Amino acid sequence: MAPVDKSKVPWWVSNLIVPLVNLTLALLVSGLFIFIAGENPYEAVRLIIYGSFGYIEGFAYTLYYTTNFVFTGLAFAVAFHCRLFNIGGEGQAYIGGLGVFLVAINFSFLPVPIVWLLSIAGAVVFGAAWAFIPAYLQATRGSHVVITTIMFNFIAASLMVFLLVDVIRDTAQMGPHTVALPKEQWFPSFKDFAGLFGIKIRYSPLNISFLLAIAASVFVWFLVWKTRWGYEMRAVGHNTQAAIYAGISPYKNIIIAMCISGGLAGLLGVNEILGVHHKIVAGFPAGYGFTGIAVALMGRNHPIGIFPAAFLFGILYQGGSEVTFDMPNITRYMFVAVQGVIILFSGALENLFRPQIESFFVNRLNIKASA
Amino acid sequence: MEFLSDIASLINSTLRISTPLVFAAMAGIFAERSGVIDFSLEGKMLMAAFVAAVGSYFLGNPWLGLLLAIIACVSLSMLHGFASVTYKGDQVVSCVAINILIIGLTTALAAAWFGQAGLTPTLNEDQRFLEVNLPFAESLRDVPIIGTIYSDILSGHYIFVYLAYLSVPLVFWVVFKTSFGLRLRAVGENPSAVDTAGINVFAMRYKALAINGVLIAFAGAHLSTAVNANFFREMSAGRGYLALAAMIFGKWHPKTALVACLLFGFTDALQIRLQGVELPAIGEIPVQLIQAIPYVLTVVLLAGFVGKAIAPNAIGQPYIKER
Repeated sequence: MAPVDKSKVPWWVSNLIVPLVNLTLALLVSGLFIFIAGENPYEAVRLIIYGSFGYIEGFAYTLYYTTNFVFTGLAFAVAFHCRLFNIGGEGQAYIGGLGVFLVAINFSFLPVPIVWLLSIAGAVVFGAAWAFIPAYLQATRGSHVVITTIMFNFIAASLMVFLLVDVIRDTAQMGPHTVALPKEQWFPSFKDFAGLFGIKIRYSPLNISFLLAIAASVFVWFLVWKTRWGYEMRAVGHNTQAAIYAGISPYKNIIIAMCISGGLAGLLGVNEILGVHHKIVAGFPAGYGFTGIAVALMGRNHPIGIFPAAFLFGILYQGGSEVTFDMPNITRYMFVAVQGVIILFSGALENLFRPQIESFFVNRLNIKASA
Repeated sequence: MEFLSDIASLINSTLRISTPLVFAAMAGIFAERSGVIDFSLEGKMLMAAFVAAVGSYFLGNPWLGLLLAIIACVSLSMLHGFASVTYKGDQVVSCVAINILIIGLTTALAAAWFGQAGLTPTLNEDQRFLEVNLPFAESLRDVPIIGTIYSDILSGHYIFVYLAYLSVPLVFWVVFKTSFGLRLRAVGENPSAVDTAGINVFAMRYKALAINGVLIAFAGAHLSTAVNANFFREMSAGRGYLALAAMIFGKWHPKTALVACLLFGFTDALQIRLQGVELPAIGEIPVQLIQAIPYVLTVVLLAGFVGKAIAPNAIGQPYIKER
């Protein structure tokens, strides 16, 4: 098939129709998996929709997951614009959470809003620091970030378990977790807000970090598309040689891109520590870092795409837990597999039907124009 | 003599622990020499472990399990080729997709079929590979030095251990001494020149990926039907990435990659021995930190104390035939 002239393809075909077709294919394959596992895919879809939209607590959970996926999705996207595969979001979020906790517990004498700001800064700095070493090695030694960031995930997990068991464990309790932060430092949750309007909710992990996710999206959009540095970074990602001739340092941009990416992943710690657990519990990033990859690829690495993609994964996660509750044969790992399928179809196989779809629409529009 | 037997058992475990890494590194050499990045070794190893364990459990024969594992891994390699060679998708994204898909799918299916939180049933002696005792191992045991080397270090391993070390000279011969190997390397260095010479670049890359799938299947089967008697969640534990690091450290060369794999194996063996041991002057090192040693070593090796690693020239780039 002859390739279509890219300039003639309407934006909504390449940015809306093609991703939706890919997503549909991915969901069909996922349905097949559910069938193989011995459950009814149609019933699973019904449960997912009920679980994520059917009642107010469920919907709040959906938005809570969305918050996490926005952070990790943005993290992956920023690095990806520099052609870096930061798959270490998991470890960076874990260490970011450590930053939040250490700042909040040590500065508890300061007014609460200042502690919040400092904790957010702590998350960013710790997450960025954890991304810095892989970034430095990539920039100077060419050590591939995919391997080094994965290794840093393993190292972060070991380090955090060590700290939680031997150093900062709440000695009054058995489990590997820290003491809880003072109550006034906890982020106001959706439950508190709903209470103001007289709506009673049992519990909700949704908190004001959701607003932070919106702010982070705007920040990334501005940084990557509206600043000189964002332009330089994309130039390095697009064509390193050309960027060097234009006087742009790939070294500097690789390191900055990875550090910002790590900092964004670290923000997940803000949502989890200040908003939900109020202490560090072992393994709190729970795979959100990896899901960020799928979110970013589906959202075509743009905040405007990442937000709905994060919401979609929020639906899958929250609806998915409803499914695992009702269907004994389905565990949460089924939804890890679904993520893999989505990455496959909207990332690696995104060209599968793109030429056909684009030429189909271009031809139709031509016929209309000439008629 | 206790010191000597300590050393012997350390070398013995090094050989055993390095085995999946050796298979994976050899598999990686085929893919990457042909110009296709393969981070999906991790996922394929996990898939092989799952399929070998499940296949052997239902069919009652570990060799049939291995055969199914080979089929599964070659299929995954073909999927990687389909996405990244034929459809020119991003190779790293394709690998990440396969890894995440397999982590999820293996655990989800194990849970759905066996209901044991991602474990497959324990295999009995007929369903798994057993240790192979080399001839005369018992009678030679008391001979000094030779007895230790032959009976305590070389004998009594699983078949995969021997196969892994035999595969290294074989891979070396195929990649560097045959015309197939020459073409393979040429496809990874300069595909358009190979194309001009009338060789099908795509077919070469698919062939390389097929061999890659066969080799990595052995690594997975070793994990679930030899050293362990069942599959468990994420049992590959980053070995695919370690092997890839070993391959890069070994500069895409079977012999040097083998050395790097043995180094990883040795560190891991040492790590296991160090757990709970009081060291002079340092005291007991916490288990969590000891367990991180192989991962730290990977990063250190990748940072390259032996100079920058030079990858095959065309690696990661889809080949676009000129019109």
